[in-house]
Amino acid sequence: MRIVIMGCGRTGAYLAKTLAGEGHQVTVIDRTSAAFKRLGDDFTGELVMGTGIDEDVLHRAGIEHADVFVAVTDGDNTNVMAAQVARQIFGVRRVICRVYDPLREEIYRNLGLETICPTLLGASRIQEILSQ
Amino acid sequence: MYIVTVGGGKVGYYLARSLIEEGHEVLIVERDAAKCARLRDELGVDVLEGDGCEATTLAEAGAARANAVIAVTGDDEDNLVVCQVAKHKFNVARTIARINNPKNQRIFHTLGIDVAVSSTELILSHIKQLLPAQSLLHLLTLHNVGVSFVELELPPNSPAIGRPLRELGIPDDCILPLVVRGGAQAIIPNGNTTLQAGDQVIAVSAEASDDTLRRILCG
Repeated sequence: MRIVIMGCGRTGAYLAKTLAGEGHQVTVIDRTSAAFKRLGDDFTGELVMGTGIDEDVLHRAGIEHADVFVAVTDGDNTNVMAAQVARQIFGVRRVICRVYDPLREEIYRNLGLETICPTLLGASRIQEILSQ
Repeated sequence: MYIVTVGGGKVGYYLARSLIEEGHEVLIVERDAAKCARLRDELGVDVLEGDGCEATTLAEAGAARANAVIAVTGDDEDNLVVCQVAKHKFNVARTIARINNPKNQRIFHTLGIDVAVSSTELILSHIKQLLPAQSLLHLLTLHNVGVSFVELELPPNSPAIGRPLRELGIPDDCILPLVVRGGAQAIIPNGNTTLQAGDQVIAVSAEASDDTLRRILCG
């Protein structure tokens, strides 16, 4: 699969390395070149510098041919905007978007985005452990 | 009207001041405490300190009873989220966003924002208005229906001069509602009207026919 990942923080970099290791064609977008260091020297995917809410940057990352777009920058708003652009402007079939704020996550899930809320996942896992 | 504006920078400041002068009830939402204090002191306006992207802040701001929510922060993604939360969570009738990257105009429209205002594009169009080389000026573009209101000035070498309008082959999806002659005389043209050099022509045109119209009138 062709996968575009926006945000090369811990989550983005880990995901990119894992997916590239599985043989997928991975492109990573980040605003700073320093972030790409997290990928290590043996990363086989492509790197694009810029902000993923800019149409031109997504275009450079080959968004038109992507099967999957993943938005995992540390900004909720950047993620939901880029995810919507990927889905509604570029027609990417599978778009996954991280949203830390549970309320915002609910709104965008209802709008049809595939969202992940680490805040809720973390909290409910801790609750689970406590109740064991 | 009750208007909630998000963002208390320069644009937010002057926007709130103008809206208050026009008699509207205005509440500004701003994250930065120092900016909030300044807005309260200088404008005497209601200010809520908080993040306008969060549903709880907008609830506190009374977004549910607002006639309009206007997002004017310096970040396009924040303005988009403010408007989408206002629209989908609080059913605000009119959402208006400031955009910084002019390319986002189309994106914001596709994503359901009622009005997106690009200061960059406004400045550009003003500059174009001042440049004589620009023969066709877009006064207003309604992207949702693909129609532009354009203004152009007939150059001395225009192929349209001296011939009745009906003979010019103007596309069916363009009409010319007004011609201003000598900067003073308004003419509502018909098929028999002939144009003169220096005439200012106002046209309503399908965006796709802009270029054809420009060729016919300006050469």
